[in-house]
This record gives sequence, structure tokens and C-alpha cells, in this order.
Amino acid sequence: MRLRPFSWKDILFLSGLFLCGLILTAGLYLFSKNGQYVRITIDGAEYGTYSLDEDQRIPVEQDGSMINVVRIEDGTARMEQATCPDGLCMRQGAISREQQTIVCLPHKLVVEVCGTHEKEYDTVSQ
Amino acid sequence: MKRNMTQSASSAGGFVKRVPYLGMALALALICSYVEALIPLPIGIPGIKLGLTNIVIVVVLYLGDVRDGVCVSVARVLLAGFFFGNLYSILYSMAGAMLSLIVMEGLRRTGQLHLISVSAAGGVAHNVGQFLVAALVVENYRILYYLPVLFLAGMLTGVLIGLVACEILRHLPQQLISVLTDSKRE
Repeated sequence: MRLRPFSWKDILFLSGLFLCGLILTAGLYLFSKNGQYVRITIDGAEYGTYSLDEDQRIPVEQDGSMINVVRIEDGTARMEQATCPDGLCMRQGAISREQQTIVCLPHKLVVEVCGTHEKEYDTVSQ
Repeated sequence: MKRNMTQSASSAGGFVKRVPYLGMALALALICSYVEALIPLPIGIPGIKLGLTNIVIVVVLYLGDVRDGVCVSVARVLLAGFFFGNLYSILYSMAGAMLSLIVMEGLRRTGQLHLISVSAAGGVAHNVGQFLVAALVVENYRILYYLPVLFLAGMLTGVLIGLVACEILRHLPQQLISVLTDSKRE
């Protein structure tokens, strides 16, 4: 089968696409700051907020059974344990900057880093 | 009116001829889904996959037309969801697959871009679509943070998928290609 040859249009298109990705990345990284505390939500409902300054181990319970364990250490938070089938949340690493999140989709659990002042980026970024 | 009827009748006939090949494509796409479910990428970011299935979808889109792509894609998402996933994964996949198909078909129709560019845009669209639905389900727009990662990953995998699809289209037997493309024009 004959296909259209690769041309300068493609180079232009692909670099444009790549640039969009870079701008998105740069935009979100540049405007992030070190957070003060983490907020844990389950299915959109707040479970609790915890300071990033003190090292702690936070067991998250749902319906009486423990589903996740969040560990705060040296100002960063990470998922230490999880009962979800894929365990992807444990591999998302440690977070410390504002707006960073760890998501456990099977449990609809979100760990999110917040700053001192709550800014509503949501309506702007939509 | 009469003309319309004969047209739709003959295109339905063309579709029937293509069904075995679409079935084969669906089987291939499902195998790709299975292989992908077996080897998750050790990156730890949900939503980042190689997207092997998209090879099949891109090839079908280029050999047949957008209807073939939609048929194979919808069937693939539903079946793969029932086999290897759950209701939510069907939701995410469907959003990604449909957005990706729309974008790829739109770009392909312009006739200006190479398959690799089309596939790269499709990969980005796939991830963005999936991401938007995930953001709605979790009801937390802060996971916006992942969007750039997904965007770039989608582009990278899209280019790779495009390269593979290109080679497949180049080496597919002419016989198979003419069955698909002739029945399309009938």
C-alpha cells in the first residue's frame, strides 16, 4: 500500500504537538510550590488533612477495613501500602509540591498536596 | 430516493464482505489488549500504556474507513473491558478510543499528514480523553498535574505505533488490501 511520504508538514505538526506538551509541562511545574499539608479524599469526600512537617504514618480506612497507608517523611508523602489490585498508587512515588497528587483509582482515593492559601485553579484550568 | 436505497444496499453488501477481515482485526486487537494486560509498564503512572491495540485500529482506519474503525474499536473496548478490566476501565478506554478515532480520522481526511503524525495525534487524544473521564470520575481536577505526562507519553507511543502500522501497511499482501479497499468502493 502506498502511503503519503513524510514531509515538512509532518515535522512541523509533530514539533508543534511536542511544543504543546512542553508548554503544558512547563506551565504546571513552574507554578507549583512546596506544599504545607496533604489532603486525602475518597470519592471526592474529604477524609482528612495532615501536615507535611511532621513524619507520620496515616492508615486510611473505609467501611471498617484499612485500604491504604500514606507515609509522610521529610516533607514528602507517598503511598506505603494499598489493597487495590494493581498497586499503581504505590509506584507513583513521593509528592511534595502543591497540586501534586497520588491517585488510587480502584479506591477513588486521592492524596493531594496543598499550600497555605487555598487557590482555586480549577475554574481557570478548565 | 431509489438511488439512496441502492447506495445503502450496496454499501451494506460491501460491509458484509469486510466482516471476516474486521473480525480478524478484532481478534488481533484483543490479543494486543491481552498482551498489554500481561506486561504493565513499570512506570507507575495510571493510564500510560504502549497502546499496542492502536496498531490494529490505525491499520483498519487506513485500509477500510472510519466505520470499520469504530466497529472494531467499540467491540474491542467492550470485550477487553469484560475480559481484563471493569466497568470503569471500559469507561476510560471508550472515551480515549473514541476521541482518538475522531482526531485520527479528521487528520487523515485532510490528506496533508503522514500516518505517523496522525497516529501521534491519536495517541495524545487517546490519553487526553481517558484523562478527562478519569478526572470526572474521581471528581478531582487537581489530577490535572498528570496531563502533561500523559500528553507527551501519548505522543511518544503514538509515533511508535505509527512506525509499526506503517511497516504493516507496506508489507500486507496486496490481496488482503484489495478486498478491503474494493469492497469499500462498491
